[in-house]
Amino acid sequence: MNKIYLDHAATSPVHPIVIEKMVQSMNRIYGNPSSIHSIGRDARKELDQSREILAKSIGAKEQEIILTAGGTEADNLAIFGTAYARKNEGNHIITSQIEHHAVLHACQKLEKDGFEVTYLPVNENGVISIDDVKKALRDDTILVTLIFGNNEVGTLQPIKEIGDLLKDHLASFHTDAVQAYGLVPLSVDELHVDLLSVSSHKINGPKGIGFLFQKKGTKLSPQLFGGQQEKKRRAGTENVPATIAFAEAVKISEQTIVEKVETYKQFKETMIEILKNEEIQFKLNGHEKFALPHILNISFPHTDVESLLVNLDMEGLAVSSGSACTAGSIDPSHVLVAMYGEKAEELRNSIRFSFGYGLTIQDIEEAAKKTAKVVKRLVK
Amino acid sequence: MQEVKNPANTRVVVGMSGGVDSSVAAYLLKKQGYDVIGIFMKNWDDTDENGVCTATEDYDDVIKVCNQIGIPYYAVNFEKQYWDKVFTYFLEEYKAGRTPNPDVMCNKEIKFKAFLEHAISLGADYLATGHYAQVKEIDGETQLLRGLDNNKDQTYFLNQLSQEQLSKVMFPIGHLEKKLVREIASEAGLATATKKDSTGICFIGERNFKEFLSQYLPAQPGNMVTMDGEKMGRHDGLMYYTIGQRHGLGIGGAGDPWFVLGKNLEKNELLVGQNIHHEALFSDQLTAVNMSFTTTKPLDTIFSCTAKFRYRQEDVQVKVELTPSNGAIISFAEPVRAITPGQAVVLYDGDVCLGGGTIDEVMKQGKKLTYVG
Repeated sequence: MNKIYLDHAATSPVHPIVIEKMVQSMNRIYGNPSSIHSIGRDARKELDQSREILAKSIGAKEQEIILTAGGTEADNLAIFGTAYARKNEGNHIITSQIEHHAVLHACQKLEKDGFEVTYLPVNENGVISIDDVKKALRDDTILVTLIFGNNEVGTLQPIKEIGDLLKDHLASFHTDAVQAYGLVPLSVDELHVDLLSVSSHKINGPKGIGFLFQKKGTKLSPQLFGGQQEKKRRAGTENVPATIAFAEAVKISEQTIVEKVETYKQFKETMIEILKNEEIQFKLNGHEKFALPHILNISFPHTDVESLLVNLDMEGLAVSSGSACTAGSIDPSHVLVAMYGEKAEELRNSIRFSFGYGLTIQDIEEAAKKTAKVVKRLVK
Repeated sequence: MQEVKNPANTRVVVGMSGGVDSSVAAYLLKKQGYDVIGIFMKNWDDTDENGVCTATEDYDDVIKVCNQIGIPYYAVNFEKQYWDKVFTYFLEEYKAGRTPNPDVMCNKEIKFKAFLEHAISLGADYLATGHYAQVKEIDGETQLLRGLDNNKDQTYFLNQLSQEQLSKVMFPIGHLEKKLVREIASEAGLATATKKDSTGICFIGERNFKEFLSQYLPAQPGNMVTMDGEKMGRHDGLMYYTIGQRHGLGIGGAGDPWFVLGKNLEKNELLVGQNIHHEALFSDQLTAVNMSFTTTKPLDTIFSCTAKFRYRQEDVQVKVELTPSNGAIISFAEPVRAITPGQAVVLYDGDVCLGGGTIDEVMKQGKKLTYVG
């Protein structure tokens, strides 16, 4: 059976050129970039070159990039790092109800540790209101952390506007751009963000590598201690091959961004058109325009998500929904809860399709038809 | 019916608990060539304050075993249905001074209803479980038979299954002795081969029953008295005690041990007496409600068969008289000890489990034993 991978927002296949680059680098260099000998220096040189590519991709400087083991670590470093570095200045943090768990659970932990956290609501398209940010902002707010593009429904937040709003406020502004990176051009200067998280494995790079942008002068207390790496902001020997591969993935991503956005837009339209032609009852979750191009979250009334997921998997379609909770069963998505409320039927019948490298329009047509077939069978 | 279809074209969903029995059930079906899918059912949220829940460990075992066998695995959440259909009933029964059997209800309403429907929605022809019971097709009907391992037979808990449910069920280990099931698991190298069997009611697990129940029902302590009204001590709440129970009464002193004989709900008194064979514990007739039969064939209004009044009890010869509204009067020549309202009465014709009901009232020589509920 032809398996069609429609879960690129969860993780993405590594691009063949990236694999080649990573394997080559492992063959060629093995030194520790902190070592003083020539073998160490070779590694340092390539690491720095890669870091430059990463920095440029968001309009940052090399020194502003802290390499991490991925998006979750970058988010955690931004949140805990800011909270503990600035706790003498204030005790209040603003975030939203639709953050990735890497942000949400970090904020909940800070709440337990005595910080005060405001979780901003969203409208039914999943958008935060700038007015709500204004209202929540206090003199003792030390951090505002908001997701750039939501990973479940794809809605984009008005990060630039909020960045402008916060320009003259003491709070550090962090955005989790893991899902948007590579699909939306990001410039940290334009956005007026102080901290920004990114991950490699969402853009066809290897897993286990990501970075946090830390604007020069932004206070941050390290969360890992040991060596002097990353200018003492993140101890641990750098993952050189993964960083080199990550930089390669970034290069490819930048070269193809226009094409990708166009293709995924077409995928979305095709999928929707086929479902309509098949006379399937469905509803889109998220925002029609203000959204990431590769995420399509659809609610199928009168179906059940647990049945849908398994049936689609048995048809060879890899899709997802919400987040797997303990013991593999599906927890209602906190994002959909924030959009529709606790009781909404969308919580029980929504599926996320997410597009990426390697998919063809034929795959999308097949996927849409198979989805229609399954939904027709399951509708009660 | 099971022989008609080619196994390769027969999809079987196996309800996997992460225990050895359901692991071997899945393994055997896969070996026979069926299109097998393993599904873990999550019915209870037992996440503790540290975020740890045993369901996660059990699901990890399901994953390991399914990967060893080479079948896909998924999970499904029935916490809400379980709460509404099983746990609510469980609490209501305790409130009414009875001793419910949630496993019987779980099989009837969750495993072989909600879960069966889920399996069918996945295109399954059959639902299989690791129960020690057997199904056999005779004259176009599926019969529910005792498991071969008499010590493990679980038909007692399956007595409420209907013909329609049974026709879609497989019990792949019902013809095996438990010992052999473990051997098969060991030989196949299954991750659960030496895993300890789970004990007790599934949602309570190995926790303290009293403590668990007290989280949901207010306990009303009262007096422990003899049948003659002599006060022997205090009890912690009638719901914590079961007819015939010996341990946990805390009546000290010399002489024979003490047993629970019954409950007086009005006075909130626990009736106790000495001697394991206290005559007040014995009865010769009971009434049952919610009688359900595994066959669709009409039964005589009065018939003889054997019965069990509790799990793992020896069969007793009984006479059954069916009464309106799914009731029955069940009589037995030899008096039986500690029949407990709320528990199941299950009827057998040889090895065939005919069905059963819930014990409602208990009688001796035509008189209702008001003190047992």
